[in-house]
Amino acid sequence: MTDASTFEPAIEFDHASFCLNGRALLQDLVLSVQQGETLVLLGRSGSGKTTTLKLINRLLLPTTGDVRVNGRRTADWDPIRLRRGIGYVIQDGGLFPHFTVERNIALVPRIENWPRPRIEERVRQLLATVGLNVELASRYPSQLSGGQRQRVGVARALAADPPILILDEAFGALDPITRSEMQKEFRALQQRMRKAVIFVTHDLREALLLADRIALMEEGRLIVDLPVAEFSRSQHPLVRAYVEAFSGLPDESLPDERLSGPH
Amino acid sequence: MNFLQFMMANRQQVLDLTLEHITLAGVATVLAALVGIPLGILITRIPQLSKPVLGGANIIQTIPSLALFGFLLPAPWIGERGSRLAILALALYALLPLIRNTYAGIRSVDPAVVEAGRAMGLTDRQLLFQVELPLASGVIVAGLRIAAVLAIGLATIAAAIGAGGLGEFIFRGLAMVNNQVILAGAVPAALLALFADFVIGRLERRLGSLRSKSQFEQEINI
Repeated sequence: MTDASTFEPAIEFDHASFCLNGRALLQDLVLSVQQGETLVLLGRSGSGKTTTLKLINRLLLPTTGDVRVNGRRTADWDPIRLRRGIGYVIQDGGLFPHFTVERNIALVPRIENWPRPRIEERVRQLLATVGLNVELASRYPSQLSGGQRQRVGVARALAADPPILILDEAFGALDPITRSEMQKEFRALQQRMRKAVIFVTHDLREALLLADRIALMEEGRLIVDLPVAEFSRSQHPLVRAYVEAFSGLPDESLPDERLSGPH
Repeated sequence: MNFLQFMMANRQQVLDLTLEHITLAGVATVLAALVGIPLGILITRIPQLSKPVLGGANIIQTIPSLALFGFLLPAPWIGERGSRLAILALALYALLPLIRNTYAGIRSVDPAVVEAGRAMGLTDRQLLFQVELPLASGVIVAGLRIAAVLAIGLATIAAAIGAGGLGEFIFRGLAMVNNQVILAGAVPAALLALFADFVIGRLERRLGSLRSKSQFEQEINI
């Protein structure tokens, strides 16, 4: 997949809806993500966030409307080529239990027939990028901690250097300390790599830390779509409800720099 | 004399019959696997077929074995040689465990893992061979084990239609009312079955542990 031009969004939802068995899981979504931007989809369970992600890599096709990746409708893309250009990270990694860490990370490069030396170099590089000791390469996922598994999941998604990354509650299953570490490292990584990122979470603090823009969803609809600084200032009732739900916590957990000026 | 002495005295025949028995059961099991495993994979892809296929294999199993041999006798090419008929009948019986275990094994693979694989751009073929089959292999081999033991046991009846095997001794012993002869057939057959169960069982355990190799298992290198 070639890099998108600066003006064309990497991902675009054009009045996309998705219905299953008569239920509308997603309704009339209008949303776009530019290359280099991190969009956080914030919302409760059932808000349609995961459905939205699955429309991007064509695990689902929209019932009405279009979803475009790099200017082309997902329905027009070859599903295999589309998916190999999108890194996908889910909770607890979704790693193959019967593959070593190295084989898990090398998955897409292998099926893309990269030469062996390039694959090996890439795996080494990625382990370093996600902060894992290279000796873990020959271990199996069941021998790793949750945090380590998640890092492998991120490394695997990055392996073929896709221009788009989608993450579904990727840090949700981690303990608070590991989670905080992962968030900060991910943000640093994203600032270096400038991929088009959609990050799904139900945690406002995580959203405020990672996002350039936040899209709040509820019951299959997009409620607000704002740059992160404006989001926290918004008076929209649902936004307020979110902020209040998280405000029972000490102030340090709401990163100040995200509440005030542009970053 | 006891049956061990009988076996020693007739050891060439014991050997021949044992070899025949292994051939009957072995070829039947392999045939059943060659048909059953792909069928099992097919019905995971086309769910509407699962009921008829599993149902069909089930019905075959309910037919009394001797009757199945009898039904197949008039068939043109098959009915001519006892061994061909026996192998076909045994293979038909061995189908159900193989189809069923392949189906169940693949369906029991964690759907999140399969979805992650699909999301990364694995083709259906790659998903099947690199993810689903390896993870289902423990259960599939369990089906193979059941099929093999079944085939070895049922092959004793093959002698009734002249297909040979250790059943020869059993039937002859029954006709002669001679326990030693019966045992000379029954004991080796039982030992064969136990052996197959043990060997394939070890393979099954090895493959099953691939699903989630624990640190301990890794270290003692099972």
